[in-house]
Amino acid sequence: MAEGSARIMKRLVPMWIAIIAGFVMLLSAFFPMTESWGETVGDVFNVVAAIAFVLGAGSLAKVNLAKISRRDQGWGYAAITLICFAITLVVGLGKFGVPQSTQFPLLGWSGEKDADGSIFGWIYEYALVPITSTMFALLAFYVASAAFRAFRAKNLEAILLLSTAFIVLLGRTFAGVVLTGWLPDWASGLRLENLSVYIMQVFNTAGNRAIIIGIALGVTATSLRILLGVDRSWMGSGD
Amino acid sequence: MISSALILCVISLDSSGASNFGLANTSINVAGNKVDLRGNIPLNELGQEISAPPAAISIIAEDVAWDAGGVIKVSWQPAAGTTSATKWIVERSEVLAAGQGAGQGLGQGAGQGAGQGPWTFVAEVPIAETNAVASKLSPDASFFFRVTAFSPNGSSAVTTTKSAATGYWNFFIGAKLPLFCAILLVSACVIYFILAARRGRPMKVRRIAALEAITDAVGRATEMGRSILFVPGIQDMDNIQTVAGLTVLGNVSRTAAEYDAAIEVPTSRSLVMEAAREAVQASYLAAGRADAYNADAIRYITDEQFGFVAYVSGRMVREKPAACFYMGCFFAESLILAETGNSIGAIQIAGTAESSQLPFFVAACDYTLIGEEFMAASAYLSGEPDQIGSLKGQDVAKAIAAIIIIIGVVLATGAAIAPQGAMPAALEWLKGVLGS
Amino acid sequence: MSKFITILEGLDRRWIFLAMAISVAGPILYIGITGKTLPETPTPAARAVYKEIEALSPGTPVLISFDFDPASGGELTPMATSLVHQCAARGLRMVFIALWPLGPQLIDETIKRVILADYPNLKEGIDYVNVGFQSGNEAVMKVMLTDFALAFPITKNGVAVGDVVALKGIQRASDFPLLVEVCAGYPGAKEWIQYVISSSGGKIKMVTGCTGVQTPGLYPYYPVQLNGLLGAIKGAAEYESLVNSSLAPKDSTAAIPAKYLEAQRRMGPQLGAHLLMIALIILGNIAFFAQRKSKVRATS
Repeated sequence: MAEGSARIMKRLVPMWIAIIAGFVMLLSAFFPMTESWGETVGDVFNVVAAIAFVLGAGSLAKVNLAKISRRDQGWGYAAITLICFAITLVVGLGKFGVPQSTQFPLLGWSGEKDADGSIFGWIYEYALVPITSTMFALLAFYVASAAFRAFRAKNLEAILLLSTAFIVLLGRTFAGVVLTGWLPDWASGLRLENLSVYIMQVFNTAGNRAIIIGIALGVTATSLRILLGVDRSWMGSGD
Repeated sequence: MISSALILCVISLDSSGASNFGLANTSINVAGNKVDLRGNIPLNELGQEISAPPAAISIIAEDVAWDAGGVIKVSWQPAAGTTSATKWIVERSEVLAAGQGAGQGLGQGAGQGAGQGPWTFVAEVPIAETNAVASKLSPDASFFFRVTAFSPNGSSAVTTTKSAATGYWNFFIGAKLPLFCAILLVSACVIYFILAARRGRPMKVRRIAALEAITDAVGRATEMGRSILFVPGIQDMDNIQTVAGLTVLGNVSRTAAEYDAAIEVPTSRSLVMEAAREAVQASYLAAGRADAYNADAIRYITDEQFGFVAYVSGRMVREKPAACFYMGCFFAESLILAETGNSIGAIQIAGTAESSQLPFFVAACDYTLIGEEFMAASAYLSGEPDQIGSLKGQDVAKAIAAIIIIIGVVLATGAAIAPQGAMPAALEWLKGVLGS
Repeated sequence: MSKFITILEGLDRRWIFLAMAISVAGPILYIGITGKTLPETPTPAARAVYKEIEALSPGTPVLISFDFDPASGGELTPMATSLVHQCAARGLRMVFIALWPLGPQLIDETIKRVILADYPNLKEGIDYVNVGFQSGNEAVMKVMLTDFALAFPITKNGVAVGDVVALKGIQRASDFPLLVEVCAGYPGAKEWIQYVISSSGGKIKMVTGCTGVQTPGLYPYYPVQLNGLLGAIKGAAEYESLVNSSLAPKDSTAAIPAKYLEAQRRMGPQLGAHLLMIALIILGNIAFFAQRKSKVRATS
């Protein structure tokens, strides 16, 4: 009995929620009478995701606190994580340093949390922005090491790939203009900058369209499997 | 008197009866506009009176068919000849139930009559356009419409519809019919082959190396005594790639449970953390290793993209997992993850439908599931005839799409070569059918 | 030679990182000291963006969506600056929105950098407005199709959109003749095309600026659904040169402010990085072929 009710709650109920919500979203795109139902489903998802954030934050706190209490290797970083989390939460919710809004100057806490002069804005400007920009900049280094390691002319396809890479790399910079800018107008199509545009607009577009169509059909088939209840592995294996 | 006597006054009357003062009888008003000596009739540069713009000759309002209701298209015919007007203002007035008062709008006086609401603004369109769309109206409510031409110096008389129009609610949005038919066609293909597979028809799927390598990768992690890292993308559960990633996670975690390998799943969304925990727990239960399940191994890190990848990269460098799986929706962090995994010597299997990130995974990972291969992963791994049948249906739909593309290319090429022939008409027909 | 090949085969990636740092830092320092930038020849896609904005008459409302965060700011901030610069110079009514949480701050920074600094006659709420961020991704776009005020009820300053002069006459997305989209991922240009442009029946035109990795995926949409495309910092530099040359007074010798030259300044490091990558690919292949040759010799 207990097993049966557990199976219903853990398997059947989630499956039917997914099926009903999925079909409502699909139909709301075509049948006006169901449009508000689709919006409701979207709102429900947003609310559930917001509530789940509390669970996520709780998990973050629990894992890091456990690390600190066990004095695991690197527990200091866990402490820094929790301190930064708490500070940002407090200054954001408390709107420390936020000036009054010009729209409502007499109301306390009426300004934006990230307004000029706010501590939250300071954290954004001088902590978050430099760190995220730095992480993004790492890509340049990793692209170089990946190019050195992986781009080998092993076969014909690889040679074509490398040739295309050279044309686009040069064509997207001033080097392309220097190398082929002397070509006469009747041969301007062979200039590297024009060649790279041609490659992007013709070959790349064709390849991308094929991949996009394949992905779209794959998404449709996967969604159908989930909507029809055929594929239940997203809930975990076993039936 | 002397000054006025010195003024030469030449008056002529034109056919419309308007005065035509000579330039000498003009002055400049406060606004800087040229006016006659009386100071109140605006004049053009030649000293001629600027008359009010002509009103529209007729106006009709019709319901837009096959829409979600509450949309009425208003069109009007402007008067012939040139005009000084620069814009049209369109207004509407709702037909009210009996007993409600007359309306007004734009200071132009009372509305059409009792039983009408006030005139309210609908749209302002340039003078060259002669139609506007009123939307977000109450479905099944009736409205009168009127249009007025405005110039810098005045406005025309209003032109009002003779009868009220109603924006009827329709059952189906007609503009989306081609898309609806396409979905029905693809769904029919998929469902047909699912049913065929259930009836016992054999379905063959080509070998996908990346999915075959999952077992080897988990086995390698077990032999080396190191953990497995699984990253289900950085998007939320409303993204189909995340769902597809979780289906692969279920399979990977089941294999990990059977091999007694530790698996770690950092997530970028709280909802994904919960769903991943359910998937992994169910897999451990199915493998008979419920005791080995550790919920804290599946943890939420942060929604911030680069904060998440900073954690995962650091974790990889410190813990050195033997196998790394990247299955889901990734963006710029894909190369950082893949290169870091490469630097620690892990075997890496990736899968995503983000075409912009595929090159990075292909370059840096040992195996990559490209686009629809990733979507097919759950069907492939399960091996169930139902799911394999859906892959076959997907392939048939792709073949149909390819045939339509070929037909379109032939028609477009023919139309370019022979613009006078039947090809252009056929091409336009095909475009109309496809809704473009 | 064989020693060179051995070094190449076992090259520590940190040497590559160092080489990349030098190839990027060198041009940055040179350009910073001399102020020189490389000349740019705009491609048709960049010209199309310029033409679409230039074709609008003053006072026309234009929807500008900042769908990126500071991480992508290196590529996208210069093009956002130039886009707002051209729109402000043209006298367009700019309506800023964001579908990424950090978008409003970037909007504020761009407004401060361009409008408040160089166009003080433009009034907030009348000539431009920052409507702010709304969560919901595609759901917001779908709602905007029929009701803009429902999607964005209040501006970033808490004013109801119905009370904002800059939004007069705007009831739905199709009331904007042009959408200017600056995007770094999801939601971004693809979602705008799928949910708004395709449903508008040609009433809205769209131009977009995007990161380099997104550009190949957006080319299929150009020029039908997308009327103009600025791809990566190269596209930004081309567009920037167009805007600067059109807005600079013909008889003036005054220097263009540095903030309007950022994209062109970044083309120098891009040149250095690309040349380094080509050199690395060539060196890697030299090592690969040498290794293959020695294996063949060893087996024979």
